[in-house]
Amino acid sequence: MLRYVLSRFLSLTLSLIAASLVIFLVIEVIPGDPAAFMLGLNATPETVAALRAELGLDGGLVERYLAWVGGMVTGDFGTSYTYRVPVSELILDRLWVSLPLAIYALTLSTLLAFPIGLIAAATRGTVTDYGIMGGTQLGIAVPNFWFAMLLVLIFAVNLRWFSAGGFPGWEEPGAAIKALTLPAIALALPQASILARVMRSAVLDTLAQDYIRTARAKGLSRRQAVLRHALKNALIPVLTIIGLQFSFLLAGAIIIENVFFLPGLGRLIFQGITQRDLIVVESVTMLLVFAVILVTFLVDIAYAAVDPRLRRR
Amino acid sequence: MIEIDRLSLAIHDTPILRDVSLQIQEGEIFGLVGESGSGKSMTALALMQLLPHGAEAEGSARLDGTDLLTKTEAEMCALRGNDLGMIFQEPMTALNPVQTIGDQVSETLMIHGAGTKPEAQAIARDRLNRVGLSHIGMESYPHELSGGQRQRVCIAAAIALHPRLLIADEPTTALDVTTQAQILDLLKGLVAEENMSLLLITHDLAVVADMADRIAVMQTGEIVEQGASQTVLREQRHPYTQALFEASSHQPDREDHAEKEPLLQVQNVIRTYPGRREGLFQRGDPVRAVDGVSFELHSGESLGLVGESGCGKSTLTRAILGLDPIQGGEIKAFGQPVGPDMPNALRSGIQVVFQDPYGSFNPRWRVEHLVAEPFHLMPTPPMGDERRDRVAEALKAVQLSPDDMQKFPHEFSGGQRQRIAIARALITHPDIIVLDEAVSALDVSVRARILDLLADLQTRMKLSYLFISHDLTVVHAITDRVLVMQAGKIVETGDTETVFTAPQHPYTQTLLAAAPKLEVA
Repeated sequence: MLRYVLSRFLSLTLSLIAASLVIFLVIEVIPGDPAAFMLGLNATPETVAALRAELGLDGGLVERYLAWVGGMVTGDFGTSYTYRVPVSELILDRLWVSLPLAIYALTLSTLLAFPIGLIAAATRGTVTDYGIMGGTQLGIAVPNFWFAMLLVLIFAVNLRWFSAGGFPGWEEPGAAIKALTLPAIALALPQASILARVMRSAVLDTLAQDYIRTARAKGLSRRQAVLRHALKNALIPVLTIIGLQFSFLLAGAIIIENVFFLPGLGRLIFQGITQRDLIVVESVTMLLVFAVILVTFLVDIAYAAVDPRLRRR
Repeated sequence: MIEIDRLSLAIHDTPILRDVSLQIQEGEIFGLVGESGSGKSMTALALMQLLPHGAEAEGSARLDGTDLLTKTEAEMCALRGNDLGMIFQEPMTALNPVQTIGDQVSETLMIHGAGTKPEAQAIARDRLNRVGLSHIGMESYPHELSGGQRQRVCIAAAIALHPRLLIADEPTTALDVTTQAQILDLLKGLVAEENMSLLLITHDLAVVADMADRIAVMQTGEIVEQGASQTVLREQRHPYTQALFEASSHQPDREDHAEKEPLLQVQNVIRTYPGRREGLFQRGDPVRAVDGVSFELHSGESLGLVGESGCGKSTLTRAILGLDPIQGGEIKAFGQPVGPDMPNALRSGIQVVFQDPYGSFNPRWRVEHLVAEPFHLMPTPPMGDERRDRVAEALKAVQLSPDDMQKFPHEFSGGQRQRIAIARALITHPDIIVLDEAVSALDVSVRARILDLLADLQTRMKLSYLFISHDLTVVHAITDRVLVMQAGKIVETGDTETVFTAPQHPYTQTLLAAAPKLEVA
């Protein structure tokens, strides 16, 4: 088991190095000079050069890459070109919105998807199953921003249970969670639909396995066979999807953040791109890549916890 | 004790069983024999009330006078595992891969409330010891065990509560001869010791012949003959019983066509695998799967390669087909070296038929496409009508109709699929065909017909066969010469007749002793 964790950790480190190289080089080859962009059309070459030096844009490629990576390791992400504040501060602020939102949405989606998927599998071929399958199909097809607007119309405009947008900060945790509720539901719905379908087919796959028949021959009821034998085996594909969904939710909430006026990471990266604030784009991208790789690592460890066949590797 | 009376069964209105009647006495071994699709397993599943969706049963199946067919699901759950135990054909997949064997055996006890968890674990340990797994820890997972060991775990779970009846559905079909003999012995011992009855389901008369007290022969959902084993075997009143009897030890008509010219030369071949990882950058010693094997296959000859699973037969086969590199020695076909980078033209001279008639076809391809696939090995593959004619010719050679070309694999039975696999092997007019357990997954009766076909094709097309199998009866029937392989080495070689009548090596003697024989007292 320890060997497996170590080898996964080694692969995590290598992936991070490779990703940082790719991100750095891609940002390098993108045309457009942030210094020139910031100073406008009338700037003299001298002022542009001075600003470039101040922003740390001069110097060799290798030198700048090492400075960037070295900075990130020590928590120094550089200074935003446009906001003129440390990027780490910007990210931290936004992370306090995006991370809870992603966790909130994922928790909702998992809590919805597990029972729904199980019920659909258990009632396969009946009206219930068809109903659930139709519903999840709709959940995947409907864009989440449309659904978000619908939620705002019903719960904010008509019923006035929630506010239509904005984020009050974490000083009042109750209000903060309340502000994240509608966005989390909007994000969770399509994810839950996907996850429920994966759950259903994974459970059905395992139900067709010989060991379920063995379990039934031992005297387990259908329900016991599903809960004791099918569920744990079905978890492997489901874990994969949950891992992917978390990474997506962390950065992919940009449209929902816009609908609800939430200061999240998605909006930060969008603003960074439009304003050529490359250091912000670079750092947020790297952070997201780190999150994805970390989640993959955790999913890999979870696999081994579920499946003893992986522990020996 | 068990009394099945005029049991009929239909699944979605397709009749499966018709008026099946049989009785199993206390402490008796009852053999239920027939080919696949004859309804043997359905009869067993009807007893267990584990029938597939849409099945409707009529008649009655009584356990000590109470009809199982009228019991509720909850009542059946209380009976299953308690009074009725069942084990199945595929030990490799019959256990939950993510649960320890100790938990899986003790589950039977826990489900039926036979004690607390520590008590159940203690009984489970005891039952595992009884089935010969005293050296295996309770915390082992199924993937750490061999097929035979897994089947023992299944048996331990099934007999944990001392059931009145154990149903064994083809329990040894997926196992080697030696393992099969051990499992059958174990079952026999359990019946005697525990005063349990055994319903043994098999397609092979030879398996039940010296075990069962009584035998019922089943054909297309009906029992055509039943009685005391020796009487049934001696009298063989029904033609189907005769056919099964003949099929079990079927000897196709064939003559020795072997010529002196060697087509395939295998010299001192060594195939190693990297050892197990022992650290991040370390590995254990490499494993020698094939260790200095040499032999020749002559033109028109049929050469058998026998051994248990894990002896290196399949590894050797892959090397001969040029799929894997070898780490020592030399393989030559038609005088040219064989290896992963051998020319396609050479590959088209050696074709192969594998064991699994279900897994070895792309299910989305039509038969024409499947059979014509090896054409890409030829420098100028036939096109259009010529290609179709060649496929038709190959299908006719294996006694299928050219009209079958437009069908998909799922439309064929196991035996027919194996014919398609043979047609695919024949399409490039090869000189050598490697048959890797090619009839092992088939019923005795289907197997007998495929063996006839192979013998006939060999005579007509002057083919050389390398026939790899763990089944001695089959090798005896179809080969001129035989190699016996154990732990990567050839331990005995000689004329098939000589080796089978006077085996020299102790391993060969063990193998022959383990093979089930169909003898009538």
